[in-house]
Amino acid sequence: MGSEQIDLRIAAVLEQLRDLPGALLPVLHEIQHELGHIPPEAVPAIARALNLSRAEVHGVISFYTHFRTTPAGEHVLQVCRAEACQASGSRTLEAHVKARLGIDYGATTADGKVTLEPVYCLGNCACGPSVQLDDTLHARMTPQAFDALLADLEVKP
Amino acid sequence: MTRVFVPGDATACALGADAVAAAIAEQARARGLDIELVRNGSRGLFWLEPLVEVETATGRVAYGPVTPADIGSLFDSGLLTGGRHPLALGPTEQIPYLRDQTRVNFARAGVIDPLSIADYQRHDGFAGLAKALTMTGQQAVDVVKASGLRGRGGAAFPAGIKWQTVLDAPADQKYIVCNADEGDSGTFADRLLLEADPLQLIEGMTIAGLAVGATQGYIYVRSEYSRAFAVLRAAIALAREAGFLGPDICGSGRAFELEARLGAGAYICGEETALLESLEGRRGLVRAKPPLPAVQGLFGQPTVINNVLTLASVAAIFARGAAWYAGLGCGRSLGTLPMQLAGNIKRGGLVELPFGRTLRELIEDFGGGTASGRPVRAVQVGGPLGAYLSADELDIVLDYEAFAARRAMLGHGGVVVFDDSVDMAEQARFAMEFCVAESCGKCTPCRIGSTRGVEVIDRIRAGTAREQNLILLRELCDTMEFGSLCAMGGLTPMPVRSALDKFPQDFGA
Ligand SMILES: Cc1cc2nc3c(=O)[nH]c(=O)nc-3n(C[C@H](O)[C@H](O)[C@H](O)COP(=O)(O)O)c2cc1C
Ligand code: SF4
Repeated sequence: MGSEQIDLRIAAVLEQLRDLPGALLPVLHEIQHELGHIPPEAVPAIARALNLSRAEVHGVISFYTHFRTTPAGEHVLQVCRAEACQASGSRTLEAHVKARLGIDYGATTADGKVTLEPVYCLGNCACGPSVQLDDTLHARMTPQAFDALLADLEVKP
Repeated sequence: MTRVFVPGDATACALGADAVAAAIAEQARARGLDIELVRNGSRGLFWLEPLVEVETATGRVAYGPVTPADIGSLFDSGLLTGGRHPLALGPTEQIPYLRDQTRVNFARAGVIDPLSIADYQRHDGFAGLAKALTMTGQQAVDVVKASGLRGRGGAAFPAGIKWQTVLDAPADQKYIVCNADEGDSGTFADRLLLEADPLQLIEGMTIAGLAVGATQGYIYVRSEYSRAFAVLRAAIALAREAGFLGPDICGSGRAFELEARLGAGAYICGEETALLESLEGRRGLVRAKPPLPAVQGLFGQPTVINNVLTLASVAAIFARGAAWYAGLGCGRSLGTLPMQLAGNIKRGGLVELPFGRTLRELIEDFGGGTASGRPVRAVQVGGPLGAYLSADELDIVLDYEAFAARRAMLGHGGVVVFDDSVDMAEQARFAMEFCVAESCGKCTPCRIGSTRGVEVIDRIRAGTAREQNLILLRELCDTMEFGSLCAMGGLTPMPVRSALDKFPQDFGA
């Protein structure tokens, strides 16, 4: 997508949502939904439209872990690190995932395929360990099941 | 035409419910059988998911856990007439796990199509709203007071008192805000309610609006719950279309509007004032109280902010009466509490019971002990800020005061079971680490103290100056407890101290 096109998309989102009370989070969600991330170039336009300072907009983006300012890998993998999953073996799973992907949290594999993120609870606590791959939640994840999941990804175009 | 139910909730789908639903539709088509496939919520019997139900002449019968590979043999065995099969569980409501519960908030969960107003109304839906529409604001607030309902989000503050404050606050605009941030590990009741019976929350919030004179409501849903958010938005649209929301609710001439908003991955936004900041479009920094949100809340206006379960309970309280609700429970803990069995548990799921039962009944009778088959060693109740209980404390009664007396908390009803392989020093370290990750950063004891806490526990675990570091850890806990603005920093010491007190051997004693 060219930068002009990006500007148009951002302008369209702002046009649509700017009048909501407390519009900033809905705006950021929509931009990230459209573009996959919130490009730093978007900040001045958002600030102008919502009558905020750039620092305020930037402060909000950086406060929330959900928002990203650079594109993620082709897939985003979230591993639940919270207690209920710990109780059902997530620490072993976590170590396995990191070793298999060869990266730590916050990083993307060298081939750009997978971005690994920690998450604190996915609400699937009765059937952990839980991981979320893009939009799909997976329950009772084991190292073996994870390897199968990864194998599926690699055959995708 | 036979109705077949395949849950569409997040856990059921994570266990393969979509593929099961597709396989059922495919088999029915291939065999020329006429079925209506309903994607219900879930009954919350998660260990049996995907749990397929069939409506037969004698009621609903269940099969589970079903995989796509089972569908052929299920049809061969007469699935549509409740035929015998190794996966057959009999009449759904006779499954002991479900039969032995008292379901109020979750009476309809898994029973109805969550996006059918007709289904909802057939199961007493909007009966509470109809009553509320005949009352004055004060009469409605009095109903909530008489029910004894206390907030289900964690602090257990009496809902009626909060509502009275908002009713009494003069303002042109008031708000109802629903806290659906459900960040506690081990909890999923809010999620299940949103996915299985969202109209109940909409009804409860509308009643709240009528009671205190608020015409606008917001539901703040955590971003991890994208499915729940989608179901909720669809339900809001349906309710508006059917005249249960909007400028003229049920032809009464009274208005209430509702909008669902997404969080963005910050645990602290479950704290009510941080949530309000977030809704206003700012960083989720905790506000100092006073002023209370009931006096100056969202956009500076009087605001009722309650948990999903608190607001949902209101619908049933109005439909069936405050006295009926107050007749459930014990002491000052009235009504029912949806407990959530999670972690290393054989039969994990949602168990709604009147207050007054024991943790042992919950874990052993309902849960069947650990999934690993090893002995229970520790149980964390009430989320990441809740205390760890040891295996010899399981006879504790499920009641707010009983937990407080043990320096523990019921919180939002999450129960995370650990077996004897747990290292409690590692759990204490995680409590501090979680506080590092999720502190809003406003107070030093929380922001810096938690980082020091991780370091000190690391030294204890390494055996470096153990005695001095144990003393230091206790002091750090005191500093955090007394020097923090909110319960994030203030309660992180609770799991840490409980681990230290009850499992000293894990800290090298
Ligand atoms: C760190 C922190 C996190 C919280 N998270 C939640 C939450 O996820 N959901 C919730 O309903 N209440 C949460 N609370 C409690 C809220 O601050 C508030 O008490 C609650 O929304 C009031 O509603 P209730 O009276 O119906 O419980 C949290 C509190 C703290 C200090
Ligand atoms: S205790 Fe922690 S989370 Fe709470 S206000 Fe202080 S810094 Fe923020």
